[in-house]
Amino acid sequence: MNFPKELKYTENDEWVRVEGDEGTVGITDYAQDQLSDIVFVEFLVDVGETFDKGDTFATVESVKAAADVYMPVSGEVVAINEDLPDAPEQVNSDPYGEAWMIKIKVSDASELSDLLDAAGIENLERDH
Amino acid sequence: MPDLSTSLKVEPTVFDISSPGRQGHYFPKSDVPQTNLPKGFVREDLPLPEIAEVDVVRHFTRLSQLNHGVDTGFYPLGSCTMKYNPKINEETARLAGFAKLHPLQPTETVQGAIGLMYELQEWLKEISGFTGLSLQPAAGAHGELTGVLIMRAYHKARGDEKRVKMLIPDSAHGTNPASSAMSGLKIVEIPSDSRGNIDMDALCAECDDTLAGIMITNPNTLGLFDENFKEVCDCVHEAGGLIYGDGANFNAIMGISRPADIGVDVLHFNLHKTFSTPHGGGGPGSGPVGVTEELAPFLPGPIAAVLDEGNAEEPPLFGLINPEKSIGRVKAFHGHFGVLVRAYTYMMMLGGEGLKAASEHAVLNANYIQARLRDTFTIPHDRICMHEFVLEGHWDDALDIHALDISKRLMDFGIHPPTNYFPLIVPEALMIEPTETESKETLDVFADTMIKIAEEAHTNPELLQTAPHNTPFGRLDEVKAARELVLCCWFPEDKEE
Amino acid sequence: MFLPHTDADREAMLRTIGVDSLEDLFCDLPDVNLFPEINLPPGMTEIEVLEEIQHIADANETTGELISFLGAGVYNHYTPAVVDSILRRGEFYTAYTPYQPEISQGTLQAIFEYQSMIVALTGMDASNASHYDGATAVAEAVNMAYHNFRGKRSKVILSPGLHPHYRETVHTYVVDSDIQLEGEDTPFDAGPEALIPLIDENTALVSVAYPDFFGRVFDYTKLVEAAHEAKALVAIHVNPLALGLLTPPGEFGADIVTGEGQSLGIPMAFGGPYLGIFATKDKYVRKMAGRIVGETQDTRGQRGFVLTLSTREQHIRRERATSNICTNQGLLALAAAVYLSLLGKNGLRQLAELNYHKAHYAAQQIASIDGFELANSETFFNEFTIRCPKSAAELNEALLHYDVLGGYDLGKSYKGLDDHLLIAVTEMISKEEIDHFVNALKEVSNA
Repeated sequence: MNFPKELKYTENDEWVRVEGDEGTVGITDYAQDQLSDIVFVEFLVDVGETFDKGDTFATVESVKAAADVYMPVSGEVVAINEDLPDAPEQVNSDPYGEAWMIKIKVSDASELSDLLDAAGIENLERDH
Repeated sequence: MPDLSTSLKVEPTVFDISSPGRQGHYFPKSDVPQTNLPKGFVREDLPLPEIAEVDVVRHFTRLSQLNHGVDTGFYPLGSCTMKYNPKINEETARLAGFAKLHPLQPTETVQGAIGLMYELQEWLKEISGFTGLSLQPAAGAHGELTGVLIMRAYHKARGDEKRVKMLIPDSAHGTNPASSAMSGLKIVEIPSDSRGNIDMDALCAECDDTLAGIMITNPNTLGLFDENFKEVCDCVHEAGGLIYGDGANFNAIMGISRPADIGVDVLHFNLHKTFSTPHGGGGPGSGPVGVTEELAPFLPGPIAAVLDEGNAEEPPLFGLINPEKSIGRVKAFHGHFGVLVRAYTYMMMLGGEGLKAASEHAVLNANYIQARLRDTFTIPHDRICMHEFVLEGHWDDALDIHALDISKRLMDFGIHPPTNYFPLIVPEALMIEPTETESKETLDVFADTMIKIAEEAHTNPELLQTAPHNTPFGRLDEVKAARELVLCCWFPEDKEE
Repeated sequence: MFLPHTDADREAMLRTIGVDSLEDLFCDLPDVNLFPEINLPPGMTEIEVLEEIQHIADANETTGELISFLGAGVYNHYTPAVVDSILRRGEFYTAYTPYQPEISQGTLQAIFEYQSMIVALTGMDASNASHYDGATAVAEAVNMAYHNFRGKRSKVILSPGLHPHYRETVHTYVVDSDIQLEGEDTPFDAGPEALIPLIDENTALVSVAYPDFFGRVFDYTKLVEAAHEAKALVAIHVNPLALGLLTPPGEFGADIVTGEGQSLGIPMAFGGPYLGIFATKDKYVRKMAGRIVGETQDTRGQRGFVLTLSTREQHIRRERATSNICTNQGLLALAAAVYLSLLGKNGLRQLAELNYHKAHYAAQQIASIDGFELANSETFFNEFTIRCPKSAAELNEALLHYDVLGGYDLGKSYKGLDDHLLIAVTEMISKEEIDHFVNALKEVSNA
């Protein structure tokens, strides 16, 4: 499984790319592989809304399973990948690139230190 | 229009075979003076197909031939009780004296129908031990919702508003948590122990004064009768909670044990499983709910009742009543009456002894298959099972084979697969419920086939992975269906474009 | 009964299992009243059972013997012989929900065709495979609208012209939620515009009927516009047979169409089983509960069908599913599919017109009797409301002596309407029978 070094991860298999006070969020290569063919992505939030760490912001579905995607840290939603619902297969083909989900303005930078690094998530998934 | 030339098995849709000007059924000319049609409300077009009667019959007959049913072959689909559906049921339900009754006729004109409902209520109460019963719910899940609403209403009527927690074992059917959530309850999942019973420590830790109750399927979805059942009931009752029994597996215990006697407070029956009414390709079902005396005032109405006992000359007078604190209707009218007539017919055919024998032989058949497959498959909870059992559809030395492959290969032998991937707590689960109406020969053919498939899994795994081979259709692409989402045929005018 | 086991089979099987008797198989059950005596009549043979049940059926007076003008959501229509002959095919009625598509293409394609014909009839984009009945379809529409706004809008407006049983069912379903139901106490004679002032930014759904319970046919365009202005959804409940003639509700802009499909070839059978129709717009498809069939391909390149969008359902989402529905009314959806294929474009229109003309003739004749008056000035289809000079209950009782089931006594469901009869006339009623009814009404109202 591929876990890029420059990203941070949650135990629930979201990733965050932090640039300044902005974070881009998606789900990991491992998560897409577990779900298999993704057929549907739905966003449950709108730009401008603020959420706490752990709140659900999207749902991702394959034909066999539905998974909620959670806020890795608290913050305001500043962008949503509007193209993704029309091309959900990108979650399978390019989970760290085309299939980014939302961008957030991080409200509490200290929460970032609770996240895992690439080695941490790799160990976690190896144990599963 | 799809290309149909590649295969003879693909039946065109009714829109494909439509031709302008054809008609399959005609009505008499109007014998009353005509009235102007309503101005501004007459639709311009009605894009329905146009087909001659003979072609409608052939179309649907050919479609039927693409189906596997209990009438065409063995159907050991776990938790669904695919027993034989007696033909006599279909005759009685269609008697004009039932089929041609309007539900709102004056009760004095429908004494037979209400009397039948009353007697069926009494019989279901007798076999389950309950005091009150409503025939209104339309299906099992609908009965669950009804039961949960009754439990909430009961607690509320006692002023006990804080009971919002429902315990659900991890082996439960998905409708249990969904029904509880629909009635606003908070769900807490309870794990199973190593013998497939409810984990008592986990259960007791949740038994407090916020407990509304527990939803239990017993026998559970592993096909096992919970050995801790009495302790479970005691623990929940002591905390002031109620026991909801999911009657999906009632076929194991008719005439053997009555749910009300062993601690259940409310239970739904599945007449389309236990009482032989057909599943109809997914409905109609019927999910009557039985309750103890203290819950009876909350049942949904209307309920059939004796209004006047009658005497030697006069028959009793039946009527429809609403219980005093009823949760209200859960659907229109009085339940799936046509299904009730079928279940009534079945119970009359079997009688008390026959129902008991049905359960005994359902359990006998399941244990027999389990015994025959024990050496070939892993059985995670290997005890005497009830009317069904669960085995693991994979082997450590054939890792590329999954339960689904076994299921698809079974189709090649004219056998409907068991339930796949349920319960969720068993890896690669195959849940097998033969029912009592199958002969030893049928069970032997099934067991032999399963053993042969196990061999193939090791010698020729591709045969399983590409199965089925002998069915009219191969595996269907579910991903394509979900991504492209075509939910409707083309209309005739689309074809002309 | 229905057990194929011989004594020799039983013994051999017990031996294989390793127990001595059938009783031994129940060793895990608590020893509380184990093997109770079940006080049911002894079993009987088919001949005896049929005789007994025929006797029970004979104790009823049917709409074959009585001339019935009862409607109120259930209608006495003719079922063509083809419909039941298809329904009786064991391959259809002894199959389960089509979870294994390779050996269930018959059921799947029939449901797909049903969905398509419901779309054609209603003018919506997509239909599900059915709900239990009209009442539960309306309750599911409420549920869907509430979830569509993720619980942020809690008001649902119910028209008083929705079937009283449906409204009661909705009340039962929402009792433990924060949904507030409004609108039922608006004056029933005020029409749909009376609901507009109730619509606000907290409104999730406005639910109305077409024709409504009183038989009235309204143009809902203005109501839908008002609702959409507040971003609320509108559900229109239909009698699908009426759509053989009337403008489809999709043209009013409905977001959801629910319906009672009983009028599509399904016997009245004292209240069920019937067919809950549910259709919606493309953008709400994933919010719709219940089974949905979609088109796809098999490994051999053949067009085929599967249950799709199942991640919305309880078996995957469990407590996060919006509805607990599992079983639908598969066999009744098949009945409707056969019925609609058979009648087709022209047959359904002819039948709808036949109902329309008969009902209008009856209404004119009844309204011409002294003291009787048509209560609705609006357009109606095959059912209408009559204000009577006496209580409807009294009239109905007297009419029974003329072998007439007079109509639905609206006083049973609406305060102040004790002298109102709801009368339905279908293709099953001849002109002579209407005239007989009119004469009987004259006599009993003068008595």
